[in-house]
Amino acid sequence: MARDSEATLESMNRALTGVKPVSARRQLVNVGDRVFYLVARSLALLVIVLAFLLVADLFRGASESIRQFGLKFLIGTTWDPVAHQFSTLPTVIGTLVKGFIALLLAVPVSIGSAIFITFYTPRWLRPVISYPIELLAGIPSIIFGMWALFAMVPVVRVVQIWLKAHFGWFFLFDGPAVYGVGVLSGSLILFIMITPIITAISKEILLTVPRAQIEGMLALGSTKWEAIWKVALPYARIGLFGAVILGLGRALGETMAVTMVGGNSFALIHSLFDPVHSMASQIASEFTEATYSLYVSSLIYVGLVLFGITILISLLAQFLIWRISKGKIALLD
Amino acid sequence: MNLKSMTAAVLLTALSAASGEALAACPTKGAKELTGAGATFPYPLYSKMFSEYDKACGVKVNYQSIGSGGGIRQLQEQTVDFGASDGVMDDKQKKEAKGGAVLHIPTVAGAEAIVFNVPGIKRSQLKLTPDVLADIYLKKISNWNDPKIKALNPGVKLPDLTIAVVHRSDGSGTTFIFTNYLSKVSPEWKDKVGFATSVNWPGDVGGKGNEGVANSVKQIPGAIGYVELAYAQQNKMDWAQLQNKAKKFLDPTLEGASAAADIANLPDDMEIVITHSSNPTAYPISGFTWLLIYENQTDTTKADAVAELASWMLTDGQKYAAPLDYAALKGTAQKKAMVLVKKIKFNGALVLK
Amino acid sequence: MTLNSRDRYRKFVEWANWTGMLFCTSVSVFFLVAILGYVLVNGASYIDWEFLTAMPVPAGETGGGIANALVGSFLVVIVASLMALPIGIGAAIFINEFPSQGFGRTVRFLAEVLTGVPSIVVGLFAYALVVIPSGGFSALSGSVAYAFIMVPIILITAHEALRLVPDSLREASLALGIPKWRTIMGVVLPVSSRALITGAVLAISRALGEAAPMLFTAFGNSFWNVNLTKPIATVPLLIYTYATGPYEDWHRKAWAASFVLLVVVLFTSVLTRAFLRGKSNE
Repeated sequence: MARDSEATLESMNRALTGVKPVSARRQLVNVGDRVFYLVARSLALLVIVLAFLLVADLFRGASESIRQFGLKFLIGTTWDPVAHQFSTLPTVIGTLVKGFIALLLAVPVSIGSAIFITFYTPRWLRPVISYPIELLAGIPSIIFGMWALFAMVPVVRVVQIWLKAHFGWFFLFDGPAVYGVGVLSGSLILFIMITPIITAISKEILLTVPRAQIEGMLALGSTKWEAIWKVALPYARIGLFGAVILGLGRALGETMAVTMVGGNSFALIHSLFDPVHSMASQIASEFTEATYSLYVSSLIYVGLVLFGITILISLLAQFLIWRISKGKIALLD
Repeated sequence: MNLKSMTAAVLLTALSAASGEALAACPTKGAKELTGAGATFPYPLYSKMFSEYDKACGVKVNYQSIGSGGGIRQLQEQTVDFGASDGVMDDKQKKEAKGGAVLHIPTVAGAEAIVFNVPGIKRSQLKLTPDVLADIYLKKISNWNDPKIKALNPGVKLPDLTIAVVHRSDGSGTTFIFTNYLSKVSPEWKDKVGFATSVNWPGDVGGKGNEGVANSVKQIPGAIGYVELAYAQQNKMDWAQLQNKAKKFLDPTLEGASAAADIANLPDDMEIVITHSSNPTAYPISGFTWLLIYENQTDTTKADAVAELASWMLTDGQKYAAPLDYAALKGTAQKKAMVLVKKIKFNGALVLK
Repeated sequence: MTLNSRDRYRKFVEWANWTGMLFCTSVSVFFLVAILGYVLVNGASYIDWEFLTAMPVPAGETGGGIANALVGSFLVVIVASLMALPIGIGAAIFINEFPSQGFGRTVRFLAEVLTGVPSIVVGLFAYALVVIPSGGFSALSGSVAYAFIMVPIILITAHEALRLVPDSLREASLALGIPKWRTIMGVVLPVSSRALITGAVLAISRALGEAAPMLFTAFGNSFWNVNLTKPIATVPLLIYTYATGPYEDWHRKAWAASFVLLVVVLFTSVLTRAFLRGKSNE
């Protein structure tokens, strides 16, 4: 979109200055540019260095557990601190299921809200809605957790009992409905927590869509929705994806709130009502009381596994972008 | 130190000389700031104690409850001046302590209540024996109207309701004490699960912190759980009477916890878990909480400050325990604890005379 | 003019989507009101001047406040922002304005992965990086932990913001002979400032509310401290301690402190935007 105008401007540029457009590197014609480039580059490098330091630290901390359990850690289902047996499959599944459900609910709600705020609300109303949504993003996780435990779980419990009574034959609803805490509650609170982030960023992205293009469509007789669908969303597509990634990151890494209403057990889950830990909540729950080095090391191993899963999902996301845009948009441009 | 606290110190010293009980004066030399970390169980009490200690002696003790395991680790790394734990350090942990030998000095004791949520049954109306409790947590007894529970509670209307077992999802000293108790009373539990700050529970729901367990039990009909007495009382929960080693059914009380500590064969190093105590008035699920202090201090100012602090906590500080639902140390327990405090040395020389 | 069936369909689609979007927004607003309302109802009544200016009191005593934690959080987050903003925005500028073969891609990718690191793991990393070498807990190590959480959020948001600035603006500026760095600082950044600010505010509010990283870094302090090299109290840690305690009084304090935190976030958001609007009017 933005780069379509490049050709016109290139020729403009040439006309004005008589100079051919040069590559980024060779545009650094003066000292100021060179210094700026170096500074920006070092900062970017710092990010890479810090990331690698983190991974190195994780590996170092997890080494004892890796030596002991190897890859069996990923497929076993026992977590027994007394018997010194550790493995993480149930929590991997718990994390992925809760994150997936949360994302499934959050993406439509947050992007839908962002679209509505940007295109369908009058200008004066926008801050009234969007400031509070940003506020929600700043609430400490423990407050989310407490609200969920006191206010949300009793309601979820009632819903679960109803679902089990009427649809208990369906495997998703065939579980201990009376607990209230479990996969469903955990997913719901995650959904509530990541929606503000995705909404806030999506709104900013959508606001940058050039009005001219939309108004052009409207002038040609399209409905507002058609203009959004055909112009705004494709333009903003990548940015919206970035917003979703940030939400996903929070969903995978969130600890406190999910620990309070997730039910926190180690069994493999069969239904939406089963209690289960997520990897992050398990690490946070047990770390401060882990009393011997293999225990600590195994918890850090869980952190490493979470890191690995996040990498895999991010790669998958990049692949999806590439597929959706049918290769027209370069990966991670 | 101002005139008022000096006078108080002098008077107290005089009084203590008269009463024959060892008493701590405020440290005259020594650091004015100390850092401690560890157990969450004694945190409310320590916050009160250290605030009063600051008022009495002008020494600021910054204690943060990052968990017993955290406390042990920070002590090992020597990033804090003392640790606090609800569990005893094992041999491996003692070896990893960079400062050498660690003294386990108990400060107070506590009781854990078995709380439940059964419609129609109120506090202290339910009686449980150790093996029935263990079987419930082993998931061998799964309904409230099980004949074994009925046999213990004739005359109590037990409904047909599934038992929802609630435990701690985070590692904790509370779990350590509870599972230690179950291991002592149930060979099957000891074999299948064992005791630690975090175990592989047979079921069902994990709550975060005492607060999480209390809330889960309050919300889930048919639930049973274990919480520190303070939480059971503050949340006005219903608890069961437990049968102790002398076959008496007791409510969880401070007196019961103190009694559990008041036994003949306390080891000198005080590294004992006082669950299932032999004292006839003891409440069965009780435990100490300890200060962890290096026996051989390397900084003379810190050595003084830490030793005086511990000494004060075991004497003057004890009066703050009961109002906050903690069981003060009495009799032999208190004496043996003081002996341990006196073992603190700097450069080979005893700190407290 | 009569509508043919195709137009009727399009109108229906328009209406259906509008309703759908409205529904989505209503869901967001509903939870907003539910949670903010809950915090307000439970916390607002407890707040008075004493709460904001007094030191915390120990268990069993009522009254007292969160003064040391407010100041502590303020200090730790400011230092963290001073670290995180340049790194996040600088790296985003590098990725977007100076295309480089794989380097930029890697940085962006790593930032995305880093958003998923649980805050307690970040705390442990800061512990290994700062606390162990320096031999003790400090507010500074807490800032490092927060900065680590903030950088990915700022980087990704800034990158998206910069990406959406039309190249025509850059070209026009360069065509006028303005050096590249001036173009970035004087044209690109101001144009994308709205989104940059949103990213910064989101990152800051996230940091303000995280307790787990503080456990092993800033550690917490029951006393007054403004020395960055010593342990310091922070609001989320205080909230966590109060919320998980047994006393009703402590729970009310936790809600009240959360309310204060929200007001601070709102304040930051409004203030930075007002400041920005002022600047862009120059």
